[in-house]
Amino acid sequence: MNTVTRAQLAETIYAQVGLSRNDSADLLETVLERMSRALEAGDSVKISGFGTFSVRQKGRRIGRNPKTGVEVPILPRRVLTFRPSQVLKAHVNGLAIPASDDE
Amino acid sequence: MTKSELIAELASANPHLLSRDVELIVSTIFDEITAALARGTRVELRGFGAFTVKRRDARTGRNPRTGEAVPVNEKAVPFFKAGKELRERVDRGGKSIHAPSRAERVLA
Repeated sequence: MNTVTRAQLAETIYAQVGLSRNDSADLLETVLERMSRALEAGDSVKISGFGTFSVRQKGRRIGRNPKTGVEVPILPRRVLTFRPSQVLKAHVNGLAIPASDDE
Repeated sequence: MTKSELIAELASANPHLLSRDVELIVSTIFDEITAALARGTRVELRGFGAFTVKRRDARTGRNPRTGEAVPVNEKAVPFFKAGKELRERVDRGGKSIHAPSRAERVLA
């Protein structure tokens, strides 16, 4: 199973939109950067028909070093979660695509 | 941020592009990721994250209302794992100056 990377996505933009290869790669990067900034600010990013990226605050808890068994505090942190839309879930299961959007 | 807000931001940052094209670009990106996942292909965007498809085995579920056992078929679930850079940026959030390393956090 191969992997799709930035290069292939940029190539698709180039082929479909008719921007130069350079502009296509730049635009892709800008999209990812804008999304990253929103998430960094704690905002969620909701892409209809695809899914929602959101930031969750996790509290402090006691973890354990699995190797030594020593207890270590895990400090509060913020983590990113992705919730796929019904449309995306249907696509990966080869099912009929729900007409209505998400959630 | 919604998809249309993302498009609006990109359009104002790129006045040389038609907003129709910006919209097409954004849609193309998410459509391509969707198409790759539908083929079972992983999408890896270094620094941002990786989209993969995870298989879930068939199981016996329960109707939570009636308690009745219901067979749940095997299915595929889209999954996103944030890349190292994005994960650290999100965790750092407002506190912008210095991101404590894992070791510093453990010792804190």
